[in-house]
Amino acid sequence: MSNETEVLWLDETRVVSLRELVDLSGLRETELLELVHSGAIPASGPPGAGYSFGAHVITVARTACRLRNDFELDTRGLSVALRLLERVRDLEEEIARLRAELPR
Amino acid sequence: MKYSDYYAALGVERGASADEIRKAYRRLAQKYHPDVSKEPGAEERFKEIAEAYQTLKDPEKRAAYDALGSRPQGEEFRPPPDWARAHAGAGAERFSFDDVDFADLFSRFGAGGESRRGGPLPGQDFEVPVQISLEDAFRGTTLSLSLSMPEYDAAGIPRRVPHNVKARIAPGAVDGQRLRLPGKGGKGFHGGRDGDLYLDITLAPHRLYRTTGHDLFLDLPLAPWEAALGATVQIPTLSGPVSLKVPAGTSAARKLRLAGRGLPKPRGGAGDLIAVAQIVVPGETDARERALYEQLAAASSFNPRRHFAEENA
Repeated sequence: MSNETEVLWLDETRVVSLRELVDLSGLRETELLELVHSGAIPASGPPGAGYSFGAHVITVARTACRLRNDFELDTRGLSVALRLLERVRDLEEEIARLRAELPR
Repeated sequence: MKYSDYYAALGVERGASADEIRKAYRRLAQKYHPDVSKEPGAEERFKEIAEAYQTLKDPEKRAAYDALGSRPQGEEFRPPPDWARAHAGAGAERFSFDDVDFADLFSRFGAGGESRRGGPLPGQDFEVPVQISLEDAFRGTTLSLSLSMPEYDAAGIPRRVPHNVKARIAPGAVDGQRLRLPGKGGKGFHGGRDGDLYLDITLAPHRLYRTTGHDLFLDLPLAPWEAALGATVQIPTLSGPVSLKVPAGTSAARKLRLAGRGLPKPRGGAGDLIAVAQIVVPGETDARERALYEQLAAASSFNPRRHFAEENA
């Protein structure tokens, strides 16, 4: 089997629903809603089933599911872990940007 | 099938208690989990640890694993027919285990698995790191991926089969870009949906450009007189050479921006190319050049270290 396939970019330009995010991430709807309410996962639109998410959030939610499964974390622990990972990612991007500006 | 020593992977004795196994897993997971660890080889090591724990934490799976006996790590072996009958489901003893992956056997097919009960099993999602060149990110490219994924046979045994995927990557992928290929992961079983394939894109280091998002940085070496007097220089971009006007009095580290000459953006437009000025002095000078430098030094009142003197005043 070898045919060119559809490729979806997981960035802010594409939006997924709460239902889709549940299917794609492996998290339960209640867990996702708790992570949204804690601020660990950004959402827009009417609260609850009407929430929509930038497709880049799929990666965050999948990470949350891995952390939940691999460390047996509850949603409060997940929320802290996701916020810390986001800070690490922001700092890494800042370092990469500063390094890119430095001459070789 | 290659044997995996799950007890060795977790660093515990074969008679370890469930609590000892859980503690060993947690200690190793904190060290090697790919989402939190920067240790070299952490992802591969964590896969071994997680695979071992998934089996040993489940008493039924652990009993099935123990029934295979103790073997050297990586030894080729075939589960005996009585093991297949007891742990792998009715009819399994008739099938070859030669192309079955040890991890797949226990993660999806182990005792009590959905595949034995006939319920739908979704296909596994896969994440694959892919490195592409900056030129391919700029122009777009088609990736041909050859992967090995588990597919369930009629008896529900997951077998590794080759999986070839072609993916068209549109122009403008950046470092860290994630892409999703729906339904291109592992095959579902009994009506379960096929898994997805996720690509984690990284850009290969380039000999000229450094990237940050859609912007590109380029070192721009200038002769001292070009920096002092100004110059128009040709610089390379991903779409071909362009002329850049260097203003007179350009100091080292000054950034000269060429708008829209970076990587294309998904919603139109493009990042910038930023040329970072570097003043390069010739390594060797002949007598005339040296005389001209000395003439300039004598004529100029410029003091690049004036602020040092102000500090000590």
